[in-house]
Amino acid sequence: MHSICFQATGVPGSNYIFDSCSPALAISKPINLRFCGLRKEAFGFSGLTHSSSGRVHFSSRGHSKKVSASAESNGSPPKSFDYDLIIIGAGVGGHGAALHAVEKGLKTAIIEGDVVGGTCVNRGCVPSKALLAVSGKMRELQSEHHMKALGLQVSAAGYDRQGVADHANNLASKIQSNLTNSMKALGVDILTGVGTIVGPQKVKYGKVGFPDNIVTAKNIIIATGSVPFVPKGIEVDGKTVITSDHALKLESVPDWIAIVGSGYIGLEFSDVYTALGSEVTFIEALDQLMPGFDPEIGKLAQRVLINPRKIDYHTGVFATKITPAKDGKPVIIELIDAKTKEPKDTLEVDAALIATGRAPFTNGLGLENVNVVTQRGFVPVDERLRVIDTNGNLVPHLYCIGDANGKMMLAHAASAQGISVVEQVTGQGHVLNHLSIPAACFTHPEISMVGLTEPQAREKAQKEGFEVGVAKTSFKANTKALAENEGEGLAKLIYRPDNGEILGVHIFGLHAADLIHEASNAIALGTRIQDIKFAVHAHPTLSEVLDELFKSAKVKAAASSHGPVSEPVAV
Amino acid sequence: MQTQFGSAVFPRLLRRSLSYIPSILYSLHSLLNLFHFFRFLSNSSPQSQKHKEMASPFLSNTIISFSSSLSSSSSLPRLAPSIPFSAIRSKSTPRRILTVRSKIREIFMPALSSTMTEGKIVSWVKSEGDVLSKGESVVVVESDKADMDVETFYDGILAAIVVGEGETAPVGAAIGILAETEDEIAEAKAKAASKSGASTPSAPPPAPTPAAASTPAPPKSTPAPAAPTVAEGPRKTVATPYAKKLAKQHKVDIESVVGTGPYGRITPEDIEAAAGLSPSKKNVGLAVVVETKPAAPAKAPAASAAPSSLPPPVPGSTVVPFTTMQSAVSKNMVESLSVPTFRVGYPVTTDALDALYEKVKPKGVTMTALLAKAAAMALAQHPVVNSSCKDGKSFTYNSNINIAVAVAINGGLITPVLQDADKLDLYLLSQKWKELVEKARAKQLQPQEYNSGTFTLSNLGMFGVDRFDAILPPGQGAIMAVGASKPTVVADADGFFSVKNKMLVNVTADHRIIYGADLAAFLQTFSKIVENAESLTL
Repeated sequence: MHSICFQATGVPGSNYIFDSCSPALAISKPINLRFCGLRKEAFGFSGLTHSSSGRVHFSSRGHSKKVSASAESNGSPPKSFDYDLIIIGAGVGGHGAALHAVEKGLKTAIIEGDVVGGTCVNRGCVPSKALLAVSGKMRELQSEHHMKALGLQVSAAGYDRQGVADHANNLASKIQSNLTNSMKALGVDILTGVGTIVGPQKVKYGKVGFPDNIVTAKNIIIATGSVPFVPKGIEVDGKTVITSDHALKLESVPDWIAIVGSGYIGLEFSDVYTALGSEVTFIEALDQLMPGFDPEIGKLAQRVLINPRKIDYHTGVFATKITPAKDGKPVIIELIDAKTKEPKDTLEVDAALIATGRAPFTNGLGLENVNVVTQRGFVPVDERLRVIDTNGNLVPHLYCIGDANGKMMLAHAASAQGISVVEQVTGQGHVLNHLSIPAACFTHPEISMVGLTEPQAREKAQKEGFEVGVAKTSFKANTKALAENEGEGLAKLIYRPDNGEILGVHIFGLHAADLIHEASNAIALGTRIQDIKFAVHAHPTLSEVLDELFKSAKVKAAASSHGPVSEPVAV
Repeated sequence: MQTQFGSAVFPRLLRRSLSYIPSILYSLHSLLNLFHFFRFLSNSSPQSQKHKEMASPFLSNTIISFSSSLSSSSSLPRLAPSIPFSAIRSKSTPRRILTVRSKIREIFMPALSSTMTEGKIVSWVKSEGDVLSKGESVVVVESDKADMDVETFYDGILAAIVVGEGETAPVGAAIGILAETEDEIAEAKAKAASKSGASTPSAPPPAPTPAAASTPAPPKSTPAPAAPTVAEGPRKTVATPYAKKLAKQHKVDIESVVGTGPYGRITPEDIEAAAGLSPSKKNVGLAVVVETKPAAPAKAPAASAAPSSLPPPVPGSTVVPFTTMQSAVSKNMVESLSVPTFRVGYPVTTDALDALYEKVKPKGVTMTALLAKAAAMALAQHPVVNSSCKDGKSFTYNSNINIAVAVAINGGLITPVLQDADKLDLYLLSQKWKELVEKARAKQLQPQEYNSGTFTLSNLGMFGVDRFDAILPPGQGAIMAVGASKPTVVADADGFFSVKNKMLVNVTADHRIIYGADLAAFLQTFSKIVENAESLTL
C-alpha cells in the first residue's frame, strides 16, 4: 500500500528498489508484475484512513531523511521517517514481527522497556516449560507402578529445589539471549526504554532519568503484552501470596498451596507443585474446573490431572480477600459464593498462587495522543489488528498485536499477528485466521486444542444451519503410546460431515501439544478431512492418533479430485 | 508391521514395486478399521446386548424378590417393615410399571466391546448418596479397548458402590446399586453388602476398599479426643487436600482427628495414624513423598525391611528422607557388611612430611595431595593392597592407582578420585584435587570422578582425631584412616628421648585378598616414604 510490490517474472529473489528512502519496497511472490496495493481491501483501507495515509507519501519519497525537522512538528505526521516499522515491546510477538519485517526488507526498530523476550521468555511459557520438564520426570520416577510396568527400578527420586529453579532461570536467559542475538544479527535496532506514542507515526522512548528520544516510523506496532492480573482484595507479597512471576522463580515449594484460577497457568502450576510434593487447592469462580477447555476433554483431564493427585478444589467461588502469611498466621483466603455473594468458606494454606489470568500492559503508552481509549486495558483493534480510536475510526499506521489487544493471549498468536501486520504493511492484505491458532497446556499428559469446542461448534451450527460431527480416538489403541506405557488420552475431532471442514480438534494425551499442528495446519490451509485422511503417518508414532481420528470421521463429501499428488511419483 | 514399515525397508519396497503400496496401505487400513469396528461395537453395544428385554443393557431392573427385600430390611431395624413396597411402587412412572418390581436396581458391568469379558472401574463419577438423573455419567469403565463413561438410564440415588475404583468385575456383575428414593437406600445398601461379599475383585485388595459398604468400618481407635494442644472454641477443621482424600478412602471421620500439622491442620499422616496405617514417609523440604499407593514393593530393600521392627518414633520427631547422595552412602554402608575386614594400625613419624609441607604449601600443595601421593607410591610397591575382590573367587589387580579421598559435602559424603596418583607429580595432583573439590561442591562430578577409586584415603586429623576406624567401601581392597599428627615423646634404641611428630594411620582391608602381612608391609613402606618425604617431590 504505502509501498509498491514490484516483481519481475522469472527473477525470483531480485529486489528492485527504486527508492533508497523506502526499503519498504518489498518482494512479493514471483508472479506476474503487479501492484499489490491495487486490491479491493486496500481500497477499503484507504477509504477509511483519509488522505493522510501512506499513499500520499508516494510523492514525498526521495526526500532525504530529516529526522529533526519532522520531530519538531508535533501532531502532524512527519514527512520522512527514521524507520519503516517500530515495534513497541520485544516479547515474542514483537520479535516475530521484527524478524518478518526484516525479511520483507523493512528498516525496523524494536523498543524494549524491560527485557527482550517479554513475558513468554522471562516470566511465562519458557521458564514454566523448564519446571514442567522437571515435574514430568519426577512424576515418572515417582510412579512405581509405571516404572514397574516398564521393568525399571528407581529408588527414592528426589530433587534439589535450587537446581530446578536454576534450570528454569538458565533456560530463560538462554532463550532471551538467542532472541536478542537473532534480532541484532538481522540488523533490527533495539532501542531501550519505555516507548510512548506521542503522535501519528511518532514514538518517544527513553530510560528513566535520561532524555527522551523521538523516532518516527511509517508504521507502529504496539506489542506491550500483559502482566499477571490480580483481582482486588488480594494482597500479593511475593512470598506466600504470589503470581506466576514469582512462582516461576521457585523460591519455595510450600506444603500446601492454593491456586486461584484453573486455566492453563493454574493447571500447569498444579502439575509442577504436586510433582514436587505440594498439596494443591484450586479456587475457581466458574462452576467447573478448566472452564476454557472442551467439556469432554476437561472432564477427562480432571480425572487424570486432578482427582488422583493431592488436589482438591472449590468451584463457583470468588476469593475476595487473600492475606499473606504473617505474625504466625497462615495465608488466609476468604471465599464467597460466585452467584449469591454470600461468604462461603475461609481457607488457611501455606501459600496462594494467583492465576486468574493476565491484564494488558498498556498504561503509559500514550494512546490518548492518537485518540484511542483502551477497553479494560486492551487496545481495540479490527480484524486486521489496526487500532480503532474513540470514534470507531481506524488510526492510520498503528497496529496492536498480542496480549495487549486481548484477541488471543498466546505467545505464538502474538507472533502470528505480528507477521500478519507486516504482511499488511508490505501490501499483502493478510488476515490471520485465529481459529487456526493452536493452544496447549503442558501438564502431564498434555492438553492441546485448535478451533472450536464442541459446544461452540454446536452453537455455530445451529445459527448457520449445518450439522456437526464428532469423532474420537483413544491413545489406548496407539502402539507408540502403549510402548511408552502412556495409553491415557483422547483425541476429539469436531467437523462438518457435509463438507469435511475441520471445526476443532482437542487432544489430551502424551505429547498432545506437539500433535495438534497437523490439525491446526489443516485448518489454516483449509484442508478437508476427506483429503487429509489419505496422508500417510509413520508407524508407530503418536501422530497415528490423529490419522485414525481423521479416518474415523464420517464425511459425506468426496475427496477433491486434484489431490496433492495426482500422478504416481516414482521414488 | 514394524519391519514392513521400518524406514530401512520401506524405501526399498517402494523401489522394487510400487504396487506393494496399496496392499501395505490396505493392511494398515484394515488393522485400523478393525479398531473402528470395535469402537463401533462398543458404541452400539447398548442396543445390541443380550439383555434386550431390559430397558437398559447394564442397568437392569433386577427382580429383587420380596422375601429377600424383606429379610434385608428386617436386618435394618430403622426401616419400618410396615412400609408397604407397593405404596412406593405406585409412585413410579407409568412407562416403567411393566417391568419394575422394585425401585432398587443393580448397575451392571457393561460389555463395552465384543471381546470384553471383564472391566475395570476407572473411577466413579458419582459418589454414594449422589442423586442421579437419566443420562448422567455414573462410572468410568476401562475395557480392553478404552475408557468409557457409563450413563444411567434412570433417575435415582446411587445407594451403594459394590465394586470400587481400581477393581475389576466380570461383565454382567453388579457394580453398584441404584435406589429410587431415599427410603430405599438402606435396603439397597444391605443388598450391596451381600453383593460385595460375593463379588470377586481380581485386583489385590489394598486396605479396606471403599466398596465394602457393608457395615460401617469398626470405629478406629482415634487419638485421644479433644487434645489440649489445639486451640479450643469452635475452630473449624482444616485438613489438607490429600488428608481429605485419604480420610474418604479409609473412611476416617475427619472431625474426630486431631491435626498435628502446621496451625493445627490435619495432615495425611494424621489420617494414616487414625486409620491405623503405618505412616508414609513425610515429605520435608527436599525429596518427595511417594505417590499414594500404600503398598511399596521393592523400594530400598534394606530400608523397607526395617521399619516394622523399629520402635515408633518419638512424638515430635521429624523424618527427613535421604537425599540421593545419602541414599547411596546408606546403600554402600549396608553392602560393606558382606565383606570380611580387619584393621592394622601404624604410627608414622611426620617431621619430614611436615617440613616438606611447609615448603611446598606456598606452591599450592595440600596435605591431602601429599598423603595421596605417599599412599600411591606405597601401593605401587604393594599391588595387592591396590587390588579388589569382585566375586569372592579372585583377585582383581588394578592397573591404575586411583586414590579416592573422602570429603564431607553439604550433609553428604563423596569420594573424588585422584586418578593415577602414583604417576602425577605433587603439583599436578594438588591442582587436580582443587578442581575435584570445586566440582564436588557444584555437584558436577562425573561418575568416573568419584567411583573409579582403587584405594581410599580418609583424613580426620584436622579435627584433632588421633585415630579412627574406616569402613571399607565396596569394590575396593583397602581404606586408610589418617589421624592427627601430634608431638610425641619417643625413646630411641640408645635410650635417648626426643619429641617427634607422630601420626596414627589405620588401614581397613578385605581379608579375602589382603592378609595381615600384606598390610603390615604396605604400612611399613608408607611410613618410610613419609619419613623420607623428599621422595614425594621426585
